[in-house]
Amino acid sequence: MNIEELEQIAESVRQENAKYDYEVNVCMDLACSSQGAGQLREELVKAVAASGKKVLVRRTSCMGPCSAGPLVRVDPADLLYHHVKAGNAQAIADSLGNAPVPELQCDLNEHFDQQMRVVLENAGHIDPEKIDDYIARDGYKALVKALTEMTPGDVIQTLTESELRGRGGGGYPTGLKWGTVAKAGGDLKYVVCNGDEGDPGAFMDRSVMEGDPHRVIEGMAIAAYAVGATRGFIYVRAEYPVAVSRLTAGLRDARRRGLLGNNICNTPFCFDVEIRLGAGAFVCGEETALIASIEGRRGTPKPRPPYPAVHGLWGKPTLINNVETFANIAPILRRGGEWFANMGAGRSKGTKVFALTGKIANTGLVEVPMGITLRQIIESIGGGVPGGHTFKAVQTGGPSGGCIPNEHLDLQVTYESLVQAGSMMGSGGMIVMDDSSCMVNVARFFIEFCMTESCGKCIPCRAGTAQMYTLLTRICEGQGTMQDLELLQDLCATVKETSLCGLGMTAPNPVLSTLRYFRNEYIEHIANKRCPAGVCAVEAAVEVMA
Amino acid sequence: MTLYPMPPLPSDDKRWKIVSNAMRKNGFARHALIETLHTVQSSFGYLDDDSIRFVARSLRVPLSQAYGVATFYHYFSLKPPGKHTLTICAGTACYIKGADKLVAAAQEKLGIKTGQTTADGEISLMTARCVGACSRAPVALWDGEVAGEMAGQQLIEQLERWTVA
Repeated sequence: MNIEELEQIAESVRQENAKYDYEVNVCMDLACSSQGAGQLREELVKAVAASGKKVLVRRTSCMGPCSAGPLVRVDPADLLYHHVKAGNAQAIADSLGNAPVPELQCDLNEHFDQQMRVVLENAGHIDPEKIDDYIARDGYKALVKALTEMTPGDVIQTLTESELRGRGGGGYPTGLKWGTVAKAGGDLKYVVCNGDEGDPGAFMDRSVMEGDPHRVIEGMAIAAYAVGATRGFIYVRAEYPVAVSRLTAGLRDARRRGLLGNNICNTPFCFDVEIRLGAGAFVCGEETALIASIEGRRGTPKPRPPYPAVHGLWGKPTLINNVETFANIAPILRRGGEWFANMGAGRSKGTKVFALTGKIANTGLVEVPMGITLRQIIESIGGGVPGGHTFKAVQTGGPSGGCIPNEHLDLQVTYESLVQAGSMMGSGGMIVMDDSSCMVNVARFFIEFCMTESCGKCIPCRAGTAQMYTLLTRICEGQGTMQDLELLQDLCATVKETSLCGLGMTAPNPVLSTLRYFRNEYIEHIANKRCPAGVCAVEAAVEVMA
Repeated sequence: MTLYPMPPLPSDDKRWKIVSNAMRKNGFARHALIETLHTVQSSFGYLDDDSIRFVARSLRVPLSQAYGVATFYHYFSLKPPGKHTLTICAGTACYIKGADKLVAAAQEKLGIKTGQTTADGEISLMTARCVGACSRAPVALWDGEVAGEMAGQQLIEQLERWTVA
């Protein structure tokens, strides 16, 4: 494979597509297909066949605004239809070449205008199971370019210039990480893609793996070339069966095209990837626990150092990056590090994909430039809180993050600013809560999660989260005292300072951030035995008494 | 190098062949333990003592490690599932949208707690740690089929359809 051959494939796809006058793209992601997108697609195929027009009906991955699904986009007119039912298929087929279907048209300009798509650039435009569709959109060009025109050092240099930081949440500079693995000795090294998206309420990685699997594979291959690795693993949650099958098909197709395997692009570079299934353990998102899991053991973390970059999988130097990090690699190599570093704000460059969910009008996937404010994301892109309720808080970073209240909504989204506000970037879950959510109950929800997900290896996390859960339950039930509140704060500090791995170190964050911004809700539960949001059972008891 | 004899298949149930083939595909490597247990669970629906013993002996991993792995990961179940399985997502987005009320309604309707199966072996009630359909919260999985924006009434009606059929 070389650049010319890639061009040939891309050209043949373009010629094939040029045979059609219209393209009807049907979103077949989980959200849309659970609303009947599968049947809709079948009806569309039938309807356009009967119409005699030259139409390509394409299955695509997530287009973004899931709450408007099932979504259909008609090209070249670039018309987006929302809430399309199978019964609308005929109307859409009839509209091709005529006026659009008015009742299906949606106005999501504000939703899309403030977004910037790098990782999701192909979402809604390619069939995820067709490698040639990916190649036609400049896919694998970056890999071929790296292998034929760049040294491994050049690749790492470009990444360092881009100032890309790990998208799994920690924000460690990717160029630095790659450099460390590249410098590590030994002839056997591994590249691991962390697709164990354990954060409940986040689905960015699922969408990337399902919607653009080759982007992840290409990123991994480039990484392997840069650090000198020959084998790779993608660790995917077993809860994502579609992602597993798309990646399996993607790896097979990449091998067939000679983009994985031995002597890729007629160079000495050899690399292949295997899939490993997770089995439902949040802690496996932690690097050393993930390694243990790939080795077929219980996912318990180990103290670091030694870091996996030096002593990882089976004791060999191992590069571990998140799905979204790998998805950023190919565009950076194609367009240069400077291009990437020009996006964003402060020390956070590029874009970030967020899964916008909860009490918000437009739920779904959004990709925004770093430095955008939370208010822009929630009010302009997300369309605000629906149903006449008022915004209370936005939760980022999942069980490791915190809740950010209204007064901090003008905060720019960067790794540093979110930590300052008591939360963190995390992998990209963004859950909006309104006045019907009780923040004490939310804190208890997350602590319960961390308690059950604690691997049990170190005491602060194992026992600390359990004690915090007991205290929070007591407060929720109206049995708490002001002393409990102090005890809780104390316990948070202990667990944070003394836990072995990231799970324990960040587990207190949801409690600490709610104590910081919503202390009056805690006090209301304790002093007045009342849940202001009417969620906790304490209020029910009061009502009965009254 | 000593060649270890492979343990015999526990019975002539064809599904053991699938398990055996999965292990062969990975060269009977010990690190394929989790992969193999996944195959057992997808073939038999759950892991029992016999299957864990068989896998441990075939891959030459200590039984303690195999059992440790089987119990550490939430995805593995040591109990046979019912004929139907209702899984309610308990991820954050679903929780914010009232998944706890769905769980309570289902528990009351079926008279069991989550993680249990009705006495007649018909319906299992489970919770999941996020299935990634957060934009359609709250989400329930009916025998693995995702249904979004689930309301309490709808849930009860669907459950009744299962109990009647």
